[in-house]
Amino acid sequence: MLLAIDTSAGTSVAVVDRAAGILAEHSSDDTRRHAEVIGDLISACLTDSGVAVGDLSGVVAGMGPGPFTGLRVGIAAARAFAVGAGKIVVPVVSHDALAFGQDGPLLVATDARRREVYWTTYSGTDAAGLPVRTHGPALAKATDLEQTVQNFTNYRLLEARTVSAGALGMLAETLYANRRPFATDEPLYLRSPDVTLSAGPKRVTA
Amino acid sequence: MSEPLVLGIETSCDETGIGIVRGTTLLANVIASSMEEHARYGGVVPEVAARAHLEALVPALTQALDEAGVTLDDLDAIAVTSGPGLSGALMVGVGAAKGLALSLGKPLYAVNHLVGHVGADVLDHDPLEYPTIALLVSGGHTSLLHVRDLISDVELLGETIDDAAGEAFDKVARLLGLPYPGGPEIDRAAVGGDPKAIRFPRGLSLPKDLEKHRYDFSFSGLKTAVARWVERERDEGRDVPVADVAASFREAVVDVLLTKAVAACVELGVPRLLLGGGVVANARVRELAAERCSAAGIRLRIPPLSLCTDNGAMIAALGAQLVQAGHPPSELGFGADSTLPVTVIQQR
Ligand SMILES: [Zn+2]
Repeated sequence: MLLAIDTSAGTSVAVVDRAAGILAEHSSDDTRRHAEVIGDLISACLTDSGVAVGDLSGVVAGMGPGPFTGLRVGIAAARAFAVGAGKIVVPVVSHDALAFGQDGPLLVATDARRREVYWTTYSGTDAAGLPVRTHGPALAKATDLEQTVQNFTNYRLLEARTVSAGALGMLAETLYANRRPFATDEPLYLRSPDVTLSAGPKRVTA
Repeated sequence: MSEPLVLGIETSCDETGIGIVRGTTLLANVIASSMEEHARYGGVVPEVAARAHLEALVPALTQALDEAGVTLDDLDAIAVTSGPGLSGALMVGVGAAKGLALSLGKPLYAVNHLVGHVGADVLDHDPLEYPTIALLVSGGHTSLLHVRDLISDVELLGETIDDAAGEAFDKVARLLGLPYPGGPEIDRAAVGGDPKAIRFPRGLSLPKDLEKHRYDFSFSGLKTAVARWVERERDEGRDVPVADVAASFREAVVDVLLTKAVAACVELGVPRLLLGGGVVANARVRELAAERCSAAGIRLRIPPLSLCTDNGAMIAALGAQLVQAGHPPSELGFGADSTLPVTVIQQR
């Protein structure tokens, strides 16, 4: 059993079991209140699923892509929860959760703010039912997605406002069952911090 | 509960701090700073700081438990800074604290960073005496507090209306071609300089300003005055006397900080002054504080430097005081509040 947390869009938390499926899932699609809601969502999932912390075998963290301030809240909560529980962190690409269970060539796009979108393409699913990523995750101007993605018209476009932690968790269970690698520990910010190196102090006198 | 074991998490600026205390005894104080990553930008970049917190948090947590020789199960409570500070940075600590508290089934206390600076003084020390005036000065804040009770009655007397004092040090250092962080660089450059060589302005010290801003600070005008002075020297082809400029600038900052802090002590009849925040590392601050306090019959307290800069132990210490006094833990729905007022010692 796994606790899954994703804050790449709204905030979504779930407890999943490989055999029994999603045991509990609670989400908020508010994209500004991750820090506020995450505790209550985790707590509700543990209560509703009736699963004790000690019975979990790991904590799934949605690594993005996602707007960074919110994204970090979920990763921080997942990592700290895992330390407290003495369990492993299972990093998973958030877009993969959206593509999980979808057939055929798929283009997943989520809001990156500042009139940009995060996008990933999938050729379909493999024999284990796992999504096969072909490009991305990457960042594009919202108005340029069609020009940015090669063979855009070949794909079915899935624009998502939320990422389900239940799907994320079940994807992790399937990856594990098929001995597939998880994602890396690096959050998928896809943007460098907004800083410009200063050119030295400006004059104050004319 | 007599001696609660509390773990504190601090991520309000550029230091990831994890501290562990048992009551008023310090067991561990691990600080991972992202200062070096900010050096090339000449100041703290919030997004750089927040990213660094996420990476530093778990290693700092593990190290703190090792140093304290305790396990997570031994803890009685967890405390976390929920404000004031940089909101993206604070959120990393808040998210982590909630995850940790829920996995352990331990109570969680969301506490005020500024009051935490005052709380640092209870560690390995005689009990804090009330009331006390607290002057908290760092790169992120410059605040003067009237503390009647650490966990129930703290009042903001004044704060900076523009730059924090630490920021002024950084900006003037840059102007003089010195690296970041500016505090220690200005200190070094000021050696041998004459603090009276140039009379730089003392912000909000004129009678008309004092009416409205009795205990407030302003360092933006001072920074501009230094820039003007340096530019004029350069324009006229003279070498800038860096030691004199550094010493005179530093004197202007330190003078106004202590003039206002001592005035608060005298006017409010509080014979105690506590210093906190990273700027306390500045030798001249400590020196002038000792001088002015002894002249005014004020008892001065300065916690060790590792407890003055932002750290998790001060947050744990404040949390332990709340636990010990029987205050209930915070509800899980609190968020990061970048402008949390000092009157909110604990978020409910
Ligand atoms: Zn501070």
